[in-house]
Parts: sequence; structure tokens; C-alpha cells
Amino acid sequence: MLDINDLLNKLEAELKRVIVERGLVDPLMIGVRTGGVWVAEQLHQRLGIKDELGLLDISFYRDDFSQIGVNPNVKPSHLPQDIKGRDIILIDDVFYTGRTIRAALNEIFDYGRPNQVVLAVLIERDGKQIPLCPDCVGTRMSLNAGQRIKLTGPSPLSIHLQTLDAVA
Amino acid sequence: MTENIQLNSKGKLKHFLSIEGLNKTLLTEILDIAESFIGMNDQQIKKVPLLRGKTIVNLFFENSTRTRTTFELAAKRLSADVLSMSIATSSTSKGESLLDTIRNLEAMFVDMFVVRHGISGAAHFIAQHTSPHISVINAGDGQHAHPTQAMLDMFTIRQFKQDFSNLRVAIIGDILHSRVARSQIQALNILGAAEVRVLAPKTLLPSHVESLGVNVSHDLTSGLKDIDVIIMLRLQKERMTSALLPSESEYFKCFGLTEAKLKIAKPDAIVMHPGPINRGVEIDSKVADGPQSVILKQVSNGIAIRMAIMAMAMQKQGVIE
Repeated sequence: MLDINDLLNKLEAELKRVIVERGLVDPLMIGVRTGGVWVAEQLHQRLGIKDELGLLDISFYRDDFSQIGVNPNVKPSHLPQDIKGRDIILIDDVFYTGRTIRAALNEIFDYGRPNQVVLAVLIERDGKQIPLCPDCVGTRMSLNAGQRIKLTGPSPLSIHLQTLDAVA
Repeated sequence: MTENIQLNSKGKLKHFLSIEGLNKTLLTEILDIAESFIGMNDQQIKKVPLLRGKTIVNLFFENSTRTRTTFELAAKRLSADVLSMSIATSSTSKGESLLDTIRNLEAMFVDMFVVRHGISGAAHFIAQHTSPHISVINAGDGQHAHPTQAMLDMFTIRQFKQDFSNLRVAIIGDILHSRVARSQIQALNILGAAEVRVLAPKTLLPSHVESLGVNVSHDLTSGLKDIDVIIMLRLQKERMTSALLPSESEYFKCFGLTEAKLKIAKPDAIVMHPGPINRGVEIDSKVADGPQSVILKQVSNGIAIRMAIMAMAMQKQGVIE
């Protein structure tokens, strides 16, 4: 039902349009671990971005630390270039509540003050909890309670719609 | 003495008092999380919001520069509010005045105590008597333990040597009085080092030292053979006066690490020291400042490891279990 290549094609086209529209110059691409990085690797290649892909792990910036604690699988963030004054394309796989992106933006701004940030996601689903939204999407969809989107990768990269058992 | 007080009902870190009683998975988790905090050094703003709004008090009943400073920096980089207190111990009724100090600070809504104390078991004592929502970190207690120092040493070793299972580690010097050595030996054995060897004169070794899981040698020349990691310990000057050693120069001759003796170890061996170093007593300046020395790396790593331990101990604090 969800074809990863269709979504990537659509997202690539959207990004190309927004790059012109927003006047991005020599943009830097950053993927949010883990799924966002896999999607970003594809787009990084397709768009011929010159600078090395940046990797962002937002574990230390999450807003639910007091409930869930430190993610033991946290990996270091790696932003190889100075982001000060740069145009940035931020990539994630799924935009849901918006909390991940809030955390990602907070972390990015601790590295420096970018010129502008464009947010691109493969899928925007319903369930937004804070006033943020993506600039480019592969597709938008509404899911039933108990459904979620799962990306597996990096190769082959594929996408699945999962239905979780409604256990309390 | 049970060390389970360190873990909550879900097996997560609550207090960090001693390496003893912690397993390999937990120690590895500390090292992994610290690794990610190292990455933060690239940030223009070296701060993460994990402990925003939390209050941490450094209670130092004993002098310290490195440990206190790195704990303070670590807390600040986690966005906690931190207060460092140096408290001279009174000679009478220590137990009572210690608890009074704790009670007063608790009344100021503190979330964590970082404790250094000259008496073994002080941090454990505070952990037992403090309010349930407060975490306690041991920053060195008497001759008992200095677990965050041991963990930053493990982190530094892993940085240079990756896998512990092939490593032969020598700890050299005053093992008898060293809380650092005790914690290091426990950590190395839990993480599965191939061999931990202690090299010291008989007067500076605890009796039955082998029961800690170490091999013993009294000769630096033969004892350094095949060694991957050399950990030097500070010779506390007061030991001289208590007649445990003939003289500083005699000690340096037998147990001081010189370039010539370093050559006996493996060519890629690293040299560590928890500081402060006594140049010309336990270590020659040429070695301390030489290419195999990772002593300053240890200091930098101290911040990341203390961030990891503080963040882990503060998680899920509000939850009643």
C-alpha cells in the first residue's frame, strides 16, 4: 500500500520546489536518527548535496526524560559542518506529534544559528500536539487509533503500516 | 552491606555509591551514554536540557579540585542548578552533624547530592537516610570507593583499547589506601579484563589482596611485561611519615615509572593517573607528558562520564515504585 519509492519521488520533487521557492543556497542536510537518517541518505544522493550528511540524535533533548529516562541506545550526534548562517534541510521519516522536531530544532540551535531550516518528512500523519508542521511531505495520512507507521532499513528501505493490539 | 540500594525496583540506577553490586550491562550502558555526551563538545552551546529545573548539591567534606570541578561542569552541562559546598569536618559528632546538614539542604528542595567524605561509607549512609526522591553520588569516601573515577578510567581505556577481554592492566602504587584502585579493580573485573595486576611494595598492599581478583607483583621490571594499560596511583606524602616507606627517592627508584621502565610494557601501552600527580615520586615528568600518557584525556572524559551517571540516576525520580 505504501511504496517507498513513490514517497521518495514525491518528497524529492517537493524539496526541489521548496529549495527554489525559499531560495536555499548550498543547503546542508541533517537526518534525525534512526529512520530520518535513512530517508536523508536517499535524498542526499538524489539532490546531490555537497556537504556530508549531518546526523542528529535528539535523545538528550526529548521532553519526556522524566517519564522514560535516558535512551540507552543513544548515539552521538554528528554535524560535520559549522551550521552558523547555513540553509538547512531537516529530514525525518514520520511527522506525528511534532515533539521530535521541537527537540531537533533545539539541538540544532545549540550547534549554531542557521540562516533557515526547511523540514521535509516522508509521511505526515494526524496527531499533532504542538504548532509545527513540515514544509515538504511525501504523503499525508490519517491513521486509526492503534495504527502506526514503521520504517525498516537502511537497505532495503521499506515502510509498513502496523496495527498494534489494543491491550491496555 | 547490601549495595542494592543503588538500584530502583526496575534495576535502574538510583544512587551511584560503589562499583560493587553493579553488572556489566549497567556499566556498559554508562560508558555508551557517556560516549554520546562526548559528541556534545562540538556544540557551540555545550548544554543539554535533561536536568533543567533540578538542583544538585556538591557536598565536599574533603578537598578536591578536579573531581569537584568536573562534577560541577557536568551538572551545568545537563542544565541543572548546582551548588558546591566545601565543608570542613568537625571532630565531634560527625554522624549527627552530617545528617543535620543533609536535612537542612533537603528543606531547600534538592534533587541530588554529590558527596565526598573522608569516612568510608559516608555516601552510603546519606543515601540510606535521605528522602526517597533524592539521588546520591559517591565522589570518594574514605578508603572505600571512588566509582566515578573508576568509570572515567574505564571509558578512557575503552577509547584507546576498545575491547576489555584481551587487556592486561597494571595498577601501580599505594593500593592499600586507594579508593580509586579498589573501584578500578572491581570495574575491570566486571567488564572482563584479561588480567588485573597490582604492583606495589608489600607495605602498600592490603592483606589478602588476591581475593580482590588480582595478580600481585613487587617488582616493576618483571611486573610490567605484556601490560596494555598502566595506571599509576598518587603516593600520598603522609605515608612516608607513617614509616611505610623508606624515602621518596627510594620509592621512585623502585616503583616510579620512567621511560626506561615503560619500555618493558607493550609498545602501545597507555599510561594513566587519576591525579594529582607527584612528578618525580611515582612518575617521571617525561612519561607524564609523553606520547603514551592519556592523563589529560582522563580529565576531559570525567565530565562526560559524570553527566551520564547523573542523568541516569535522576531518571524516573518522581515515580513512586
